[in-house]
Amino acid sequence: MSKEIKGQVVSGKIALGPIHVFRKKIPVITSETSNDSKEELNTFLTARDKAIKELKILEEEANARMGEEEAMVFSVHGMLLEDLDFEDAVKECISAGHNASYAVKKAGEDLAVFFASMEDNDYMKERASDFRDIANRVICKIQDIEDGIKLPSEPVILLARDLVPSDTLGLDTNKVLAFVTTKGSTNSHTAILARSLGITALVDTGEEFGDDLTGQIGIVDGEKGIFIIDPKEDLLDEYRKRIKEIQKEEESLKSLIGEETRTKSGQTIKIYANIGNSSDAAKALEYDAEGIGLFRSEFLFLGKNDYPSEEEQFKSYKEVITLMKGREVIIRTLDIGADKQADYFGLPKEDNPAMGLRAIRLCLERPEIFKTQLRAIYRAAAFGPTGIMFPMITSIEEMEKILDLVDRVKKELKDEALDFGEAELGVMIETPAAALISDLLADKVSFFSIGTNDLTQYTFAMDRQNASLEPFRVPNHPAILRLIEMTVQNAHKKNVRVGICGEMGADFDLTKYFISIGVDELSVSAPKILALRKHVRELA
Amino acid sequence: MVEFSYVIKDELGIHARPAGLLAKTAAGFKSNISLSVGGETVDAKRLISIMKLGAQHGQTAAFTIEGEDEAAAAQALQSFMNENL
Repeated sequence: MSKEIKGQVVSGKIALGPIHVFRKKIPVITSETSNDSKEELNTFLTARDKAIKELKILEEEANARMGEEEAMVFSVHGMLLEDLDFEDAVKECISAGHNASYAVKKAGEDLAVFFASMEDNDYMKERASDFRDIANRVICKIQDIEDGIKLPSEPVILLARDLVPSDTLGLDTNKVLAFVTTKGSTNSHTAILARSLGITALVDTGEEFGDDLTGQIGIVDGEKGIFIIDPKEDLLDEYRKRIKEIQKEEESLKSLIGEETRTKSGQTIKIYANIGNSSDAAKALEYDAEGIGLFRSEFLFLGKNDYPSEEEQFKSYKEVITLMKGREVIIRTLDIGADKQADYFGLPKEDNPAMGLRAIRLCLERPEIFKTQLRAIYRAAAFGPTGIMFPMITSIEEMEKILDLVDRVKKELKDEALDFGEAELGVMIETPAAALISDLLADKVSFFSIGTNDLTQYTFAMDRQNASLEPFRVPNHPAILRLIEMTVQNAHKKNVRVGICGEMGADFDLTKYFISIGVDELSVSAPKILALRKHVRELA
Repeated sequence: MVEFSYVIKDELGIHARPAGLLAKTAAGFKSNISLSVGGETVDAKRLISIMKLGAQHGQTAAFTIEGEDEAAAAQALQSFMNENL
């Protein structure tokens, strides 16, 4: 019978094939005691050393295949096994009359329980699984159980209760179409490894998988976050078609990684990515974004009970900047208002929030929030090329206030002897007013980014969200194109760069036009980057 | 006896990997080396003990080193902390 299960998407696209249920061989500890504690101790030490050697090999393999970051979990596990605390705990249990397997299990479990209970330290809490994992590895060596996953020769969708990092690393990517687990999280070591190995994966489905599923057909849809067991024939056909499409597209697009975004006649344009968090940034890099044209900072503020601290913001910005390895990251300062607000801002209800106290207006009214964000961005800017852009600008006076705050923030950081970097400043051109005074704004900043969605809404006085206005919308209306063209001309007279980060940036019908008027950069969502590059390369 | 303190700058605090390297560095010396954070004191040669401290960003790590090679140990540990934490 067909069944659909939801899960958290770790990585990947769509996989279709036979299901294979993997059950981790849990070493059975039949007896707890032993009369020969000397022998048990030897058994433990030999098994432990084997486990340490195995971890060294895993570390080297992860290092070679993925990098130091991914290999770290194995080197840490090795060090934990070598540690005297672990050894002492096992020894103590053995001298109390227990056998080696039981003593290792108990030592691992005691440590897991201790770390799981560490209050206010999420990082250490997560280490509980590391202690269970290392204990299990040693017990497998004691009982001579082959650790790792045996796969059928044909590629399968692997189902498991959970996978430890070494399971994931050990997966033969030619034999695993995808994996789906009952437990796990998208931030676990396993998930990180799956992403870097490019394995399609869903975790945390909450669904226990029975052995009877092995051999049935399954579909893992990483676009929708669902796993379908025994799909009906028409659904199968639909997915087969989709997979073929994806494969074709991918092959032709992947060849463009590292290639220039250049037309046949030699005109170039940069393709950046729009992102909302660090996992988007990882994707952007995967699709070879030449930079980040719009990093929406709202995610730090929404879905919270209180303002994010400077430290929390700094960490998030730094993470993205570091991840992008020297490619420019343009962060847009808080763009929040009565339409998308967090309760703790305590904003009064407005009749017309799109035109209300939002974005830069709110930041200038509440300079403390704004300064905290600017401080965090400047500190993160020490880790790579950074741009800061301000949303909803309508006047030079606003820009002057902002520049004044920026100066104060930099002076404060200097006085406090905190490390910070330089950042280029930019204006979002998303009100007709900003476009009309772009010649004046160009004196104040080094780049513009045209937010075509809002610029359209404000130019035509048409609410973006109002579907009943559809009949009145004219695609590529000359009014908006003139504003864009004027902005680019004014910018270039003052050596100011111009990017486009709204939906129009990803509109293939306009790419040629944007290149012809001299737009420097288009910023689009990560999965669209390579397709856009391909399109540019096909232009005359 | 040599003592020194260090304010942890790493965002994650003393997390697993640097804790392991710290224990290894300490184990390379004959001196007794203890580490105190937030009122708890442990043997700095033991990784799991160090992790149990749960030392976080901004906390002070105080080292006490006693033994024949205490000066060299203090120097090595100080530069380790500066570079890694």
